Amino acid sequence: MRIGDAKQNYEADEAILSTSTQKIWFAFFLLVLLLFPFMVGSYLMYLGCLVGIAVISTTGLNILTGFTGLISLGQAGFMGVGGYTVAWLSMNTGLPFPVTLLLAGLLAAAIGILVGLPSLRVKGLYLAIATLAASVFLHFIFAEWESVTGGMGGLSLEPAHLFGLTFQTDFAMYFIIVPLAVLMVIGAKNVFRTRIGRAFIAIRDRDISAEILGINLLHYKLMSFALSSFYAGVAGGLFAYFFRVVTPESFPLSMSIFYLAAVIVGGMGNLLGGVLGAAFMTLIPEALKLLTAALTPFYPNAPIFMSPMLEIIFGALIVGFLIFEPHGLAEIWHRIRRFFSLWPFKN
Amino acid sequence: MDWLFFGEISLAGLAMGGLYALIALGFVIIYKATRVINFAIGEIMMFAAYLFLAFAGGMEMSPWIALPLAVLGGSILGGVIEKTLIRPMLGEPSISVVMVTIGIASILVGVVEFVWGADPQLLPRFLPRKPVFIGEMYLAPKIAYGFLIGSALLIVYLLYFRFSRGGVALRATASDQAAAYSMGINVRRVFNLSWVFGSLAASLAGVLVAATGGLSPQFGAIGLSVLVVVIVGGLDSIVGALVAGLFIGWLETVAGAYLGGQYRMPATFAVLAVILVFRPYGLFGTHEIERV
Repeated sequence: MRIGDAKQNYEADEAILSTSTQKIWFAFFLLVLLLFPFMVGSYLMYLGCLVGIAVISTTGLNILTGFTGLISLGQAGFMGVGGYTVAWLSMNTGLPFPVTLLLAGLLAAAIGILVGLPSLRVKGLYLAIATLAASVFLHFIFAEWESVTGGMGGLSLEPAHLFGLTFQTDFAMYFIIVPLAVLMVIGAKNVFRTRIGRAFIAIRDRDISAEILGINLLHYKLMSFALSSFYAGVAGGLFAYFFRVVTPESFPLSMSIFYLAAVIVGGMGNLLGGVLGAAFMTLIPEALKLLTAALTPFYPNAPIFMSPMLEIIFGALIVGFLIFEPHGLAEIWHRIRRFFSLWPFKN
Repeated sequence: MDWLFFGEISLAGLAMGGLYALIALGFVIIYKATRVINFAIGEIMMFAAYLFLAFAGGMEMSPWIALPLAVLGGSILGGVIEKTLIRPMLGEPSISVVMVTIGIASILVGVVEFVWGADPQLLPRFLPRKPVFIGEMYLAPKIAYGFLIGSALLIVYLLYFRFSRGGVALRATASDQAAAYSMGINVRRVFNLSWVFGSLAASLAGVLVAATGGLSPQFGAIGLSVLVVVIVGGLDSIVGALVAGLFIGWLETVAGAYLGGQYRMPATFAVLAVILVFRPYGLFGTHEIERV
């Protein structure tokens, strides 16, 4: 709580950005995002796009796992649904990208509702395993329904287009992905200022108590599943447009675990945490690649050890954060902020 | 329909299922005592199998010395994991504990790849090579002897948990932790030993499975099949682990033989989905009643 910041009414208390300092910083952040592609080379722009896609998907999973308390190992499957929808639509209909992305999100949401149906009867780890089963089935469909998904070879697709403009380069894709990511995170933030979002949180904290308070469990759990898979579907669609090819192996189980890890490392039930976690987890492998490239002149074997090192670091990050920093990067971020806002006093 | 072929496939499936039952037993022991769902069980198996490879292949020990050493190594790994990484998570939400085991799995995969490389490897042969015939049905010797060794350990375990002091302590802890504490049972030790015993079963099964099918850092994926087994059987039921292990092993092999390899996972996961909808606590599991 900052000094001199007494809230006069309920709207002010609920505002996303309450102080002028926050507003200025947020505007500055948006400006940086806008200018970023003009300032950096193609590699950083590529990374920016990857982070944007990861942020959307992680935010979606955060809604489901972090805020509603439903563990899902199906995020990659839902992204696959989105990716294949976009690929199929772009090959067969030539619809512009806002329409295909919307349809991708909606189809993923529909499948998410279907997968969420057992969530009334089973919860916790049983539910995680139900979503795992869903992702096994989805992978099977991607690989075997050849007339639609192209089998193991997958589908390749045309670049995204709108009003005669085509978005072929990473530079162009950046201006689709990042604004969408910003919008969708703000959208999620807004959800948690409404009855729906508070119902999600109530379900997470104690589902039986929430039901006694008059929250329709099935209704809200399914809504959470739908919302989360919508985000995953859009992220998967962007993934398809970005790499312009989707195969069953584009969306492996390890990707679901990756997003779960991003949510945990970032901080469960914290949107800022999800964003930080997505960026952090996406950039770790890239940082390791750079390190390997720097070491190769001295240790020619370095590239061989990169992939196992990545596995070890990935696992160690999950374990380390859970044991030593269960609230994730978001908590570290708050600590840093607190330090600066209280400096030179101690908190 | 070719009944002989069906019989042979079923036998091979049941034998594989016996090993699944053994792994599932390891899983259930850990779950019963500590309420931890161990996603790293496949990787513990893998680690033990690589240890066997190192002892028997690299150091050229006799397989019959290497096998107990590898199994011992796997059990110690389980105990160390419990002491250092699972203990601090006591009382945390179950999703966090599960994620810790997923993280451990990832670390183990990385370590194995680091030390032994990413390429698939074959274990030195140590099981008798004489073909086994049951009636007219042929059974691959590796699978048959693997099944026999696995069942032997399984029976030892069942007797141990039924009659020994340690087994009673484990069952007491599983049914009521607080009461077990007040009766003077060293619950921490039970936690630790359950991980050691669970990993021991998994390690032996790991070497036996790797002996039939080869070994690579992706070996831990077998953990997914075991997950199906324990959910179908009931997470806290030893009988369930046995029955479901045999059934899922059989189903997987039959589906693989008749429909093609890509149907193995969907077939077992379809059973899993049906079970989750109609009997979420598994065929033999305890139906927990939740109170606010």
